[in-house]
Amino acid sequence: MMVPDDDRSSRQLSPEETRRRVDASLRRRYRRERLFRFYGLFSVCLGVVFLLLLFGTIIGNGYSAFRQSFIHLDIHFDADVIDPDGARDSDVLSVADYSLLVKAALRELIPEAASRAERRELNQLVSAGAIFSLRDTVMADPQILGQTKPLWLPLNSEVDLWLKAQASGKVGAEVSTRLSEQQLAWLERLQAGERIELRLNRAFFTSGDSREPELAGIWGATKGSFFMLLVTLLLSFPLGVAAAIYLEEFARRSWWVDVVEVNINNLAAVPSIVFGLLGLAVFINFFGLPRSAPLVGGLVLTLMTLPVVIIASRAAIKSVPPSVREAALGIGASPMQMVFHHVLPLAMPGMLTGAIIGMARALGESAPLLMIGMVAFIVDVPSGPMSPSTALPVQIYLWADSPERAFVERTSAAIMVLLAFLLVMNATAVWLRSRFERRW
Amino acid sequence: MRLPTLLLILVAIVLAAFFLGRQRALSLARPAGGIRSLHSLPKYYGYYAALGAVLPGIALLLMWAAFSESLITARVVQSLPEALRNQPDAELGLTLNDIRNLAAGQMFDESRRAEFAVAADLYNSLRESSRRILSGLVVALSFSGFALAWFQLRPQFRARNRVEGAVKVALILASLLAIATTIGILLSVSFEAVRFFRQVPLSEFLFGLNWSPQTAIRAGQVGSSGTFGAVPLFVGTLLISGIALLVAVPIGLMIAIYLSEYARPALRRIVKPVLEVLAGIPTVVYGYFAALTVAPMIRLAGQQLGLEVASEAALGAGLVMGIMIIPFVSSLSDDAINAVPQAMRDGSFALGATRSETIKRVVVPAALPGIVGGVLLAASRAIGETMIVVMAAGLSANLSFNPLQSVTTVTVQIVTLLVGDQEFDSPKTLAAFALGLMLFIVTLLLNIIALQVVRRYREQYE
Repeated sequence: MMVPDDDRSSRQLSPEETRRRVDASLRRRYRRERLFRFYGLFSVCLGVVFLLLLFGTIIGNGYSAFRQSFIHLDIHFDADVIDPDGARDSDVLSVADYSLLVKAALRELIPEAASRAERRELNQLVSAGAIFSLRDTVMADPQILGQTKPLWLPLNSEVDLWLKAQASGKVGAEVSTRLSEQQLAWLERLQAGERIELRLNRAFFTSGDSREPELAGIWGATKGSFFMLLVTLLLSFPLGVAAAIYLEEFARRSWWVDVVEVNINNLAAVPSIVFGLLGLAVFINFFGLPRSAPLVGGLVLTLMTLPVVIIASRAAIKSVPPSVREAALGIGASPMQMVFHHVLPLAMPGMLTGAIIGMARALGESAPLLMIGMVAFIVDVPSGPMSPSTALPVQIYLWADSPERAFVERTSAAIMVLLAFLLVMNATAVWLRSRFERRW
Repeated sequence: MRLPTLLLILVAIVLAAFFLGRQRALSLARPAGGIRSLHSLPKYYGYYAALGAVLPGIALLLMWAAFSESLITARVVQSLPEALRNQPDAELGLTLNDIRNLAAGQMFDESRRAEFAVAADLYNSLRESSRRILSGLVVALSFSGFALAWFQLRPQFRARNRVEGAVKVALILASLLAIATTIGILLSVSFEAVRFFRQVPLSEFLFGLNWSPQTAIRAGQVGSSGTFGAVPLFVGTLLISGIALLVAVPIGLMIAIYLSEYARPALRRIVKPVLEVLAGIPTVVYGYFAALTVAPMIRLAGQQLGLEVASEAALGAGLVMGIMIIPFVSSLSDDAINAVPQAMRDGSFALGATRSETIKRVVVPAALPGIVGGVLLAASRAIGETMIVVMAAGLSANLSFNPLQSVTTVTVQIVTLLVGDQEFDSPKTLAAFALGLMLFIVTLLLNIIALQVVRRYREQYE
């Protein structure tokens, strides 16, 4: 019998030698096995650590933005300053110089700031936006003129940062600040007199963008995002479902349907910025729709989410068993009645889930919105889908670019709000799926 | 009449048409022996009448929306004095913009008001009369469409078939929208790109080594005509995507292997959704994370090691982009690995192979086409990713493969060229569309190849 060379050589080994070699190779192989397994576990941990690091950074930076430093001032609404004529005319009241009231109240608290320079430093402590809350107070109730009323007014963002750093346990020299020694001394005195307090930052949730960090809020951007998603939902859901119905129930297999299918799959993977270019060229330059309008953003996002909705809706339609269709046809329904009366209601939860996931993706999208001019600095809260606005992710981008240090915490806080919205949407989708999913 | 009022009237007409049509079908049926003598259910006669009322009006509205503005503009241009009319296109566009602003009563340069007042008045009056004509026409068309449908109604009229035919046409149109989008992207982007290539030769764009798109604001300024050699952008894009893939592919693949071959179901149930969270985070958040946390960390580490690190190093953007596409790679690899038949693993175990040997020699090679497809899709995601690089990568077009230097990418340049107000004819803005066309073609090719690879693989085992 012919035996291969290496086989003959191994046969010459003694049994002990064979076992020794096998044991050695086994040890080596098991070591590799353990190492490989460790690599796998390590990668999983790495992924989880990245996620935790991301959330940790965002929350660690952002949670402080939900509170804002306020100063308690006894404002004397001096009628001679605000409304010297005594006519209580709302035009006069709205343009009066309310900063004088703030300055007077500050001087009362810290009388020794006498020189012009000192007083300017003192006045800088209070936010430039304090006058707006005074104005609103007077406009709401003109009777207040001549009276004195204690009010909580927002402090400047630089002061706010220093106070928050102090509150978190850092002391004096550790905190880098642009405030002067004198200003810090005043602040400490005001703190000792319990004139300063960290309170809920209401402006963050109720106002639009602003150059002053302490006045900037996300309400404008949130409303812009809302209008955009509304347009997207109203267009992409019916259109996507209609396309899915045609492709699943009516289209006969042909090269043309294959083209449509490949096309939808490819469209789902086209970079979002290309959709922005399309929106700029078609909606803005060709159709002449206004820049920065949520309507245009919604149209662009519709085109983007349409493939997602179509793919999800097709899967939902596919999961309805053929017996349902056959039963409907058997008792005399037309194909169209079969689809709209029987298949569609059964597939609806799956379609809605797909639509919500598509909406969540659209909510987080910002690149195409940069192309169609939704990056402008817009203070006013948008009133409808045609008024200029930004969107939540674009607001985050704008704030992240801002040199003001106080915007760092606000950016993180806005991200927290955005993530909360996404969480709610995805949780709804998961709930819908588990609540209505049927196993046939 | 404003558009919302017009739409409200249309809705009212349609509702009325539905009820009248249904009523007519019932009353026609009564002498012939009641509802049984009708071909379709009464509501289908109503739908038919409603469709007859709404379709012509909607068609006219759409045509008006598409063409009225350009027709009006043409009339206004005709009315302009000779000198203004014969301006080059770009300046004519600016003039028209001024006229529109004046007509809308928005901010306007007072000194030129007199010059444009006539044109603006004409513009306003044309718009007003076009709106009036439209309203009248739409209402008239709706009524006549309804009347036509109404006189067609007979008990034997096949209303259901007609209505279902119309619905089917609507369904087909909806499914064609995806094709229309692709064609729209191709046409609009390549239209502007062709205008760009008329000013800058294609060879310079594809092979030029210098990218500085700043064009002169005034003609005749020295040294600022702009050069459009896109090679540094391509290199920058490849560098950052390459770093991202170097991070994402090993980690994503090992995660997929561990979860599908080693992990207990309980662990799998927890870890998979956690990683999907990573995929659901908006890219702007990753960009912020890259700019705020990762970039300073890398710079600090570089200083410790005595390395020169640019503040917007490619490494930071690449790393974070890698984290972003980990779940992408891992879920696609997971699918591929799970599709490998258990019999192949059992065969390998029976020969005495350890788990890792089975994975390395049997499972991964068998799943390779699917994994490669996933990696290609991930690469196309990385190339097209915008926000991370806009926020964390640089603007200067350095031709460099050094990950510690600042490079720029195609998407960053598109954003910087197009954000802000620009006139729409300069090579600077058109260049963005040329870059967009490149991006579209490259990602499209990657996607097609990836889907092809995945599909061919699937046929092997099923």
